[in-house]
Amino acid sequence: MITWFIRRLGQILPTLLILSFGIFALQQLMPGDPALILAGEDRGDPRVLAEIRAELMLDRPLLAQYGHWLWRLLHGDFGFSWRIRVPVGELLLAKLPVTAQLAAMSFVIGVVIGVPAGVLSAVWKDRPLDWLVNGIALFGISMPNFWLGIMMILLFSVQLGWLPPSGYVPLWEDPWQSLATTIMPAFVLGTGVASVLMRHTRAAMLGALEQDYVRTARAKGVAERVVIFRHALRNALIPVVTLGTIEFGRLMAGAVLTEQIFSIPGFGKLVVDAVFNRDYPVVQGVVLATALIFVALSLLADVLYMLINPRLRTA
Amino acid sequence: MRRLILAAMLLAGAASAQGVTQNLRIGLREDPDIMDPTLARTFVGRIVFAAICDKLFDINERLEIVPQLATGHVWDDPRTLRITLRPGVKFHDGEPMDAEAVRYSLNRHLTLQGSFRRGEINGVTAVEVVDPLTVLIRLAEPSAAFLSQLTDRAGMVVSPRAAEAAGRNFGLRPICAGPYRFTERVAQDRIVVDRFADYWNAAAVTIPRITYQIITDSTVRLANLQSGALEMVQSVDPDDVAAVRRNNRLRLSISDELGYQSLTINIGNGARAQTPMGQDARVRAAFELALDRQVLNQVVYEGMFNPTAQPVPPTNPLHVPGFLPEPRNLDRARALLREAGVRTPLAVEMTVPNSPDLRQAAEVMQAMLREAGFELRINTMEFASSLQAAVRGDFETYLLAWSGRVDPDGNSYTFMHSRGPQNDGRYSNPEVDRLLDAARIETDTARRRDIYGQIWAIAIRQDRSRIYLWHRKNIVAHSARLTGFVAIPDGLIRPQGLRLQ
Repeated sequence: MITWFIRRLGQILPTLLILSFGIFALQQLMPGDPALILAGEDRGDPRVLAEIRAELMLDRPLLAQYGHWLWRLLHGDFGFSWRIRVPVGELLLAKLPVTAQLAAMSFVIGVVIGVPAGVLSAVWKDRPLDWLVNGIALFGISMPNFWLGIMMILLFSVQLGWLPPSGYVPLWEDPWQSLATTIMPAFVLGTGVASVLMRHTRAAMLGALEQDYVRTARAKGVAERVVIFRHALRNALIPVVTLGTIEFGRLMAGAVLTEQIFSIPGFGKLVVDAVFNRDYPVVQGVVLATALIFVALSLLADVLYMLINPRLRTA
Repeated sequence: MRRLILAAMLLAGAASAQGVTQNLRIGLREDPDIMDPTLARTFVGRIVFAAICDKLFDINERLEIVPQLATGHVWDDPRTLRITLRPGVKFHDGEPMDAEAVRYSLNRHLTLQGSFRRGEINGVTAVEVVDPLTVLIRLAEPSAAFLSQLTDRAGMVVSPRAAEAAGRNFGLRPICAGPYRFTERVAQDRIVVDRFADYWNAAAVTIPRITYQIITDSTVRLANLQSGALEMVQSVDPDDVAAVRRNNRLRLSISDELGYQSLTINIGNGARAQTPMGQDARVRAAFELALDRQVLNQVVYEGMFNPTAQPVPPTNPLHVPGFLPEPRNLDRARALLREAGVRTPLAVEMTVPNSPDLRQAAEVMQAMLREAGFELRINTMEFASSLQAAVRGDFETYLLAWSGRVDPDGNSYTFMHSRGPQNDGRYSNPEVDRLLDAARIETDTARRRDIYGQIWAIAIRQDRSRIYLWHRKNIVAHSARLTGFVAIPDGLIRPQGLRLQ
């Protein structure tokens, strides 16, 4: 188990290295010269452009830029935002709790709705409850986030006045307000997650319920509740956990549209603004942080498999 | 338990209601860039600067230049400007705002690496301290536009001690002499400023705190205002004006902007200028005559904007009154195309920055132009990419807006002069260059207006170097509880005189 863990960690470093270079190289392909953006209305003045390029090392070869960035990174320095001159590390640390809170809330909403709904609809397959749950799930998957978001704002904030329409209050500043500002975006994101989880839980449960061990358990007279939860669901959870960690990773990468609609200052908004302003250090920082999160989550998924299915521990 | 929750909710409600009276919350449409007057570039940043950094001069609603940190000015000769300063003014760090600070700030604008002010005041050859309350600014040559530059960021005076200590990071914590001092900034979320007790005009400032909240979506920005989560929003869409008017708890303020929307034409920038549109003024004339600005404005902007043919809006004293858009004339447009000997339909590409209203405007123009024999191909592009394409000459026509300057020089020279840094179409006419240079040093308003009239006649009507379409409006909506807002054409929100009931 421990050697396995170390081996997995050993795979992570090269992955991150290749990925970071990929990002660096891809950015060069983006149209739109950062110096032009930064020069703003002085864009026609070659002297200004040359000054900006020199300051940001944009006049150096790509490999030199990458080497410099990597060297600084190894010293824990992500560089600074070209647009607002704030250190990127500081920006990431400020956005991480926001996105983490939103992701966690959305995920909880997604799991609490999605998994039981999937189980229910598998157990009551092809009956009205199944159709109903499937219908709602389809609705949840196909509903565009921004539309649902704006509709919720218009209903709960403008018409009813129950919730603040947008913005974000940190959890430690005012927990009540914090929940009030994040519940709508978390719900918008959570319904999407719930629908995906429901569909997969249902499929996995249907597969599990047809297995021999389920039939055997039933033949032995085990209570149906125990059959479903201990025998079928536990086996069905493996693909759901995989999917769940991917979904959670997606949420952590920042929900661009939802953050934009609800003015939540998280990763999604950060990276979108950075791309539009060609603020390369911020883009690199966010992508690298997101990649780290994904890698950590896939590691977590592997550990979870072993907890759910002890047979994997010997493999 | 339920009672406890109810009590908690009531408490929370009371707490936030109390917060409302303390705090003016203003919704901005994008996150400002760095808050350093020397390095800043964005329009939304100027809105925040209006609270933090006072300027030597300001403008009023009639675009007249009025003193702010200065008390007055005289031109000793056309190259020497003498400015007297307001006594007893303090920076947020308690340092005195004096002639030395003005000299420091102007020199910082001129020398700091990456300064965006250098171009605005590069005529300055020396700044001299006469006494603690008098500065002399020497210019290389007379400049009619110079004083107006000191009404914007180039005229902001920073605390030399703070600026020296912070260097290029001054913008993380700007220290100026405005009515509010910088408190905190959460990137992409908010900027908070608090009233500065030692402000020189403290009586005009009543609201203890202003929070600028960044909300990019205009529907959501308005929803925040409607639900009472904001007291004020900038840049309301013309489509939403009716909804604001219907709401009796909201007020609307509409004023003319300083800038314009125009179409840049590639006349001499690389291979893509080698088209009938780029090479023949008759084709460009036909193009312009096929457009009906009034209808365009009605369809896309509910008729709220001002159709125009020149870069200077009607509110400006240097607007040339007789220079109006020609009425749409399809017969003449078709005749001009025949005369130019081009095969119709003539394909013309228009690069359009990706925003819903500009896309719609381009589609309306496409329909209008088709009737005259043009086939307009719309090339929608994300803004940063379109800018680079324009500089490189990778465009035929480019639908671009300019935020505008108080002095007409800032709306014309850089776009029309053959050496103008933003002349992306590379239009060049020696006579226009000569007149633009002459307008720069002419200080008599009537004579200067005549010169601009001559420039428009050549560069716009004869050479058709660009097509000016409309002047937009600054549309600000605010809660009825907020009073005392005065709309100035630069579209900024000045906190002086604002009251929140």
